[in-house]
Amino acid sequence: MADNAYLSVKGITKRFGGIVAVEQVSFEINKGEVVSIIGPNGAGKTTVFNMLTGVYQVDEGTIVFNGEEIQNKKPKHIVMAGMSRTFQNIRLFQDMRVIENVLIGAHIKTSYNFLDSTFRTARYRKEEDEKVLQAIELLKSVGLEHRKDDYASNLPYGDQRKLEIARAIATGAGLLLLDEPAAGMNPKESEELMLFIRSLKQKGYTVLLIEHDMSVVMNISDRIYVIDHGKPIAQGLPVEIANNERVIEAYLGGVHKDAEDN
Amino acid sequence: MTNTRMEKHSFLYQFESFISKNQKLLLILLAAFLCLLPKGVNNQYFLTVIVKMAVYAMFGLGLNILTGYTGLVSLGHAGFVAIGAYTASLCAVKLGLSFFPSMLLGMVVAGLVGILLGLPTLRLTGTYLSIVTLGFGEIIKMIAMNWSPVTNGTLGVKNIPKPAVFGMKLTIANHGLYYLVMIILVVCTVFCLVLVKSKTGRALQAIKGDELASVMMGINVTYYKILAFVLSACICAAAGALYATLIGYVDPNTFNFDVSTLILSIVILGGMGTIRGMFLGAAILIALPEVSRFLMVYRFVLYGVILVVMMRFRPQGILGWKSQLPYKLSRQVMEWLKTAETEEAGDNG
Amino acid sequence: MIAQQIFNGLALGMGYALIAVGYSLVFGILRLVNFSHGSVYAFGAQMAMVFIGLRFGVVPGLIASMVLTGVLGVAIDKLALEPLRKKKSIPIASLITTIGISNIVTNLLIVAFGSEKRAFPPLFDFGTLKIGKIIVSSTQIGMCVVSLILMLLLVGIVFYTKIGLAMRAAEQNPKAANLMGINVNFVISFTFFLSGISASIAGSLVGSYYQIVYPNMGFMAGLKAFAAAVLGGIGSLPGAIIGGLIVGVSESMAATVLGSTYRDSMAFIILIIVLIVRPNGLFGKKGITKV
Repeated sequence: MADNAYLSVKGITKRFGGIVAVEQVSFEINKGEVVSIIGPNGAGKTTVFNMLTGVYQVDEGTIVFNGEEIQNKKPKHIVMAGMSRTFQNIRLFQDMRVIENVLIGAHIKTSYNFLDSTFRTARYRKEEDEKVLQAIELLKSVGLEHRKDDYASNLPYGDQRKLEIARAIATGAGLLLLDEPAAGMNPKESEELMLFIRSLKQKGYTVLLIEHDMSVVMNISDRIYVIDHGKPIAQGLPVEIANNERVIEAYLGGVHKDAEDN
Repeated sequence: MTNTRMEKHSFLYQFESFISKNQKLLLILLAAFLCLLPKGVNNQYFLTVIVKMAVYAMFGLGLNILTGYTGLVSLGHAGFVAIGAYTASLCAVKLGLSFFPSMLLGMVVAGLVGILLGLPTLRLTGTYLSIVTLGFGEIIKMIAMNWSPVTNGTLGVKNIPKPAVFGMKLTIANHGLYYLVMIILVVCTVFCLVLVKSKTGRALQAIKGDELASVMMGINVTYYKILAFVLSACICAAAGALYATLIGYVDPNTFNFDVSTLILSIVILGGMGTIRGMFLGAAILIALPEVSRFLMVYRFVLYGVILVVMMRFRPQGILGWKSQLPYKLSRQVMEWLKTAETEEAGDNG
Repeated sequence: MIAQQIFNGLALGMGYALIAVGYSLVFGILRLVNFSHGSVYAFGAQMAMVFIGLRFGVVPGLIASMVLTGVLGVAIDKLALEPLRKKKSIPIASLITTIGISNIVTNLLIVAFGSEKRAFPPLFDFGTLKIGKIIVSSTQIGMCVVSLILMLLLVGIVFYTKIGLAMRAAEQNPKAANLMGINVNFVISFTFFLSGISASIAGSLVGSYYQIVYPNMGFMAGLKAFAAAVLGGIGSLPGAIIGGLIVGVSESMAATVLGSTYRDSMAFIILIIVLIVRPNGLFGKKGITKV
């Protein structure tokens, strides 16, 4: 294991009462990679995300991000360190506009204080304008600029997912954790999502993906980790995973078939 | 079911565009109307009702910050009103302080109490939070009733003096009190407008929308919830001080649960989360009982009916529509966007 | 002396328990705190007073009140809450609706009966008994016995009858219950009916204990019973009972030690402590939200 990995997770474990949700999971990601975590439903993948982002405390193990140990730190600390996420069930601010959602993403990077905004000081006006412009630029880069005034709830599903990712990017993150971004998408939308994630990689973002859609996973991952019942069962390149018997067993033939179709 | 485009030709859009385009003119007209109102309606009773409406609109604006923006339903906001009213009037009556320092002191005390109420309720949601705020309102009332050496207990505080500016008393009769209340109301409204369109306002609304997502975006939910309590408490306390000086008398029963319900009804009727709604809500709910004897007797039933009916048929409130206008960009941003466009066109040309 | 206070507290606590049970029934099946429950309790007490006063006789009067109050409970659900469920409104809407209903019921009672306190006939006035150093009034015995019977009946209904099974199923998973052929809306109405009946009995018992009723009696009693329900774990019937007893005893002790001005605050203090330290109460079920 390289010691200068962007994110290095060693032996994290999470117990809920008597149940061990995640046991001794380890993986690492280098800058600029797209890494996927896959596994059957209930395997503990989202629990891993929750540990990475500070929602859950880890019972054992360490998480080192950008050289800093971040396990058990507060979510705010982790977001400011450069790791941000999206959610399995989209968690946009539905009653707020698209541009406002992005502006909230940029909240931690907005430094004017309450007095500045109340008295509309020059500092407030300058920074607010900058943040608005940056938000519009970001929306442009994900292809949502023309919908910036719309309310998030009015966006079609695929655009909502994109907006969630844009919001995560707005926090200034370098590592994006995407939780089943292709869920509920038709093949065309999944295709677009794949291209989108590829473009993120080209722009220099590092992406950690939880996903079920095998065509997406096999096509864009640099490496894959497989978890089942909270335990790691395999890791490697997509082609290795596609032919791994333990993985195939865990999925009851699903992986093998999809990989062959590709 | 969801419209994918904002209807450019809907009535709402036309209405909002009209207001937006003629903003300056409409504001001047409104200001003129408010200034000249006492000259035209030189009737003490009507003016008192109108000032009462203004004070209740302020109560609404205060509660709206906590309930409308941040999504925390408070059933005990009469408590903050009481703190403001009692502090200000006790300062005036017992210490001889003039109005403005008394009001400010009331706001400070209310703000501190707001922190005390906000802290234990941070992790509470929905009904639990509301019931604790209800308890808070009752505790304030209990303190007012039992802390006799300070608050005069059940006798209340009598003969609260009217505010005096440069030696001149401001009353309804000389229109002074009317203008004072209007000015403070305007300041309060401007504050709320400024709050909404800032990172603070966005953070509050984000917490209402999805608290977990807000946390994951790095928003310090603890700070903002407490801030919402404090701002809301301060505004209600200031209005409480005005109310005390308007009525001239307060006792523990002036600010009971029925008043908290009334303020909540104003917010719900007018439009939770809107500023314009507070004025309409206050106007309707204060004016109605004055209009008919029947309504006066049944007015508390009416407040309850409004809550039930609004939740059933129009939970967003009468004026609670989502703006159909595009997000307002500052002149600077529009300039930057134009330059970027022409640059792009230049590059592509 | 202390033993006397404890016993008084237990008797009082049975009353709170009876009201708390109503909260738990509705919360269990709807995940909703029925804010209007206190006003329904006051309605029950007032109705009992009216019917007994009309010389109907005590038992028919009580039964009439029970039926009317049960119907009120059902009406609240059918007219105000069910439409919100159909619309899939946000939880705040139900909360505010129940607040509104509480207001409506209480203030209609005030308009109809005036807000002064009125005499309620004592129901079990057969004198007092002395057990060791404790003086026990027959009213207290009556209250304890009736409450116990009612609660056993409720537990019996919920755990040993077919409709109780339907209630528990609907509580666990309304959609699945519907698919299994259970008429969930009927079950919900039945729950509100039971809740109303228990509120009415509680109102009559407490009214006869203190021998007064007034429209606002639901406010304080409702809050204290809510504290009891939360302490016991809202949604749990045994929890409501234990919670009620604890609140009753604490209040009795507080009145002796701190004086009667602070007896009402005991319930609030308990509520706040429970919500901060262990929001699920003693027997409450833990809810895990999936991120």
